[in-house]
Amino acid sequence: MGLKILTEHIDKPGIETFEVYRKHGGYTAVEKALKKMAPDEVVEEVKKSGVRGRGGAGFPMGMKWSFLAKPEGVPRYLVCNGDESEPGTFKDHFLMKTIPHLLIEGMIVSSYALGAHKSFIYVRGELMYVIRILEKAIAEAKAAGFLGKNILGTGYDLELVVQPGGGAYICGEETALLESLEGKRGNPRNKPPFPAVKGLYESPTVVNNVESIANTPWIVNNGGDAYAAIGIGRSTGTKLISASGNVKNPGVYEIVLGVPVEEFIYSDEYLGGIRDGHYLKAVVAGGSSVPILPAHLILKTANGENRLMSYESLSDGGFATGTMLGSGGFIVMDETVSVVRNTWNFSRFYHHESCGQCSPCREGTGWMEKVLERIVHGHGNERDIDLLVDVAKRIEGNTICPLGDAAAWPVGSAIRHFRDEFEWYVRHPEEATKKGAVYMPQNVLV
Amino acid sequence: MDAPQLIKVTIDGREVHVPPGTTILEAARQIGPEVAPPAMCYYKPLKGSGGKCRACLVKVTQGSEKDPRPMPKLVASCITGAQDGMVVENYTNPEVVNARNGVVEFLLINHPLDCPVCDQAGECHLQDFAYENGLATTRYEEERRTFDREDIGDKIQLHMNRCILCYRCVYTANQITDRRVHGVMYRGDHSEISTYIHQAIDNDFSGNVIDVCPVGALTDKTYRFKSRVWFSKPVDAHRDCDKCCGKVNLWYKGDEVIRVTARKNQWGEVEDFICNTCRFDKKQTADWVIEGPTKVSRASVISANKYGKNVIKKTGFGLEYAAHHYKPIDDTRPYDKNLKEIKQSEDYKALMEKNEAFFSKK
Amino acid sequence: MLNTREMIAFTEDRLARAQEIIAQYPEGRQKSALLPLLHLAQEQHGWVSAKVMDYIADMLGIQPVEVYEVATFYTMFHLEPVGKHVIEYCRTGPCCVVGGEGVYDHLKERLGVSANQTTSDGMFTLKEVECLAACGWGPCFQIREKFYMHLDNTKVDQIIDELSK
Repeated sequence: MGLKILTEHIDKPGIETFEVYRKHGGYTAVEKALKKMAPDEVVEEVKKSGVRGRGGAGFPMGMKWSFLAKPEGVPRYLVCNGDESEPGTFKDHFLMKTIPHLLIEGMIVSSYALGAHKSFIYVRGELMYVIRILEKAIAEAKAAGFLGKNILGTGYDLELVVQPGGGAYICGEETALLESLEGKRGNPRNKPPFPAVKGLYESPTVVNNVESIANTPWIVNNGGDAYAAIGIGRSTGTKLISASGNVKNPGVYEIVLGVPVEEFIYSDEYLGGIRDGHYLKAVVAGGSSVPILPAHLILKTANGENRLMSYESLSDGGFATGTMLGSGGFIVMDETVSVVRNTWNFSRFYHHESCGQCSPCREGTGWMEKVLERIVHGHGNERDIDLLVDVAKRIEGNTICPLGDAAAWPVGSAIRHFRDEFEWYVRHPEEATKKGAVYMPQNVLV
Repeated sequence: MDAPQLIKVTIDGREVHVPPGTTILEAARQIGPEVAPPAMCYYKPLKGSGGKCRACLVKVTQGSEKDPRPMPKLVASCITGAQDGMVVENYTNPEVVNARNGVVEFLLINHPLDCPVCDQAGECHLQDFAYENGLATTRYEEERRTFDREDIGDKIQLHMNRCILCYRCVYTANQITDRRVHGVMYRGDHSEISTYIHQAIDNDFSGNVIDVCPVGALTDKTYRFKSRVWFSKPVDAHRDCDKCCGKVNLWYKGDEVIRVTARKNQWGEVEDFICNTCRFDKKQTADWVIEGPTKVSRASVISANKYGKNVIKKTGFGLEYAAHHYKPIDDTRPYDKNLKEIKQSEDYKALMEKNEAFFSKK
Repeated sequence: MLNTREMIAFTEDRLARAQEIIAQYPEGRQKSALLPLLHLAQEQHGWVSAKVMDYIADMLGIQPVEVYEVATFYTMFHLEPVGKHVIEYCRTGPCCVVGGEGVYDHLKERLGVSANQTTSDGMFTLKEVECLAACGWGPCFQIREKFYMHLDNTKVDQIIDELSK
């Protein structure tokens, strides 16, 4: 088993309680940071660690922190993004429900570093039971003197507020999240200004993913350099991977970045391979929005090198032959899964979740869904395939927020890598729409 | 105090000097309509508008003098600030032309295209936008989304089918009236302008939502089916009004005032909003002091009395478009060879001379 | 006689909770409490009517339309009355990859309703939702705050039997 930063104590009975968490070294980072370190020193360690945003974009967290504007007399806010809604991703859900104090400890340390005195954890509304777990944990931490006024006698004050969402994927986009937190529709904002300058309540704000923040206690305790020593290249540290689909052991895994994809899928330590009697057909490696890759390209890059679970290796080859680590939502599909049907499903998702503010996304996502629905139900024609590619291209990059890209990529990549399957649907609709029909080109099976 | 330092921006090869903080779109408007990007949601008098329709996307090929790197994506010119030394491509960039073409297509796929029965036809920004930037055909074969017509008050009718969700009417209600009762409900392509509980928009300034609406989604019920826009004559007029500026356009059909609207500038924007009394209740010539005929651009449908080739304001666009869509003639093809031969023949030369003589006499 | 005002208003303990929630935000930013209050109202009434939204608008000092806009944007709020149990079934990719569609067909057949319908006895309302962030534990659905995971036809039958009692 590799090194565990976030999940080392996850199996300890009662770890969701303050007492047990504390017994296993919990809240030592708060003591160290608040008593022995200046806020800027904490920022420095996080910068040194090279930890990248775990929500999907992979932007270096320390750099994001250093952009935070610090005008006199204006409050600053830290907002934790727990709106996890990207299909295939459930790591934050898992982390928050099993070890809530880790996030709270991270929130205290991070808020201290950024000079925030009121911080928010925005959790998607569907996870109301997790919100209750977090609220209980916050009450425990407060009772123990780790939250509230004059924490540990250091003079530092912090209030934590858990905010429920209301059912909207788009609120995972940071500016939509801030709008939602202000009690508005989750419409992403035009940027600039960026949240670091004008975020929540028009004040400088940092928005970080749950997993990103959960890394900070370890970084404070062990130093940024120690964190940077883990992993490979610019992919430092460990990453939670949410594994789903047709594998023997789906679930959340903490991996050291750089594990070979093949090992991750087939080793018993991780996913244990594809379910018996079936074969790997395709993988969506970083949540539904990243390009889908056929088996041969997920295991090896186009150059024949082993593909690794890291930001750089997964994106090797660009979108032509590569994908992205994204949020780490690793969806594995065997040969029984219809890529066309799955693309329609994802398309329906993005159509459903588009906020409707800007025209390419509002109109384009619905259009793609309708065309794909026709194809899936045997009413497609050859023209539709190129039409889809073109519509996707016209959405991509032309929208206010990345949801447009997220909607375009799965369609573009599925047609890029599985065009023959799309053609099969439009040329042999009776065959393709039969229940249990499986399209099986030999070259993509491993 | 020193005058603020101006910054230099180049748009489609033409330079303009503007104060820092000016958006690319406003800088382009200072040069003139031939380089100004179209705007379907941006509305200068309304704070916070813009960024949504993506009609005004442009390519920034040089970020600024200091940082000459190009911007990786097309940017919405209405909300992107110009920088000193910035170079922008608008109608001269094929990527922009293509993206804009896409925006037209997206805006039209769920639009009913009921222009023949729409009161807005002739002064509809979507018509102009599609005419200048779109294609004559559609690739959309799916069902269109439809909504029921809704009366929001006795003077305003909402045709949600035609709405392009520019949010202008929402900003207007927020910024011009004292209480907003309508808004955008639901989300995605189910979004609709509505009051949710079917109530009237009852406010002295509510009529302004009609003027800011770029399409025929919000129309004046007192003007409904009275005339086509291009058969009526606009006249500048004013009156002393205790609620608003009282400066309006009266729209005449014969001797009858069939409609009163606020005055719009060159970009179709109202700068002085008017009250409902002026708009709906003062429809006699005697109510007004007439200033004279409204200046209407010669290219406008209203001047031309119809849609025609004059309506295309941006001649450059047509050429650009043609250049991208037509392949150069391949001289190796046999009929071209024939043409070459014909052109060299004596008969042809004689014919040309004759033509030349004829036209030079005229 | 009950007046409508009383039927719409929060119960005493929920009112206390609502005030606690409103106090969490900085002065002048009370609108932030909108989503939590809508959840609280739905918890009490099962759904949120326009009257309830007006009540919340009043409580927060905002225009009713601001509440309507928000409540219609987010999918968790039921804008019409629902059955006793609202089954929110995940229809997104990862659950479908592991057989979610088949289990869903069974559930629909078992209840005799399709999406957005309520059973004739008023016990169950079926809703389709997008990804519930439980992909590795799918197929799944949610009833109120509880997640039901690793579903198959037998398990679905057991759950429905249990809840029908």
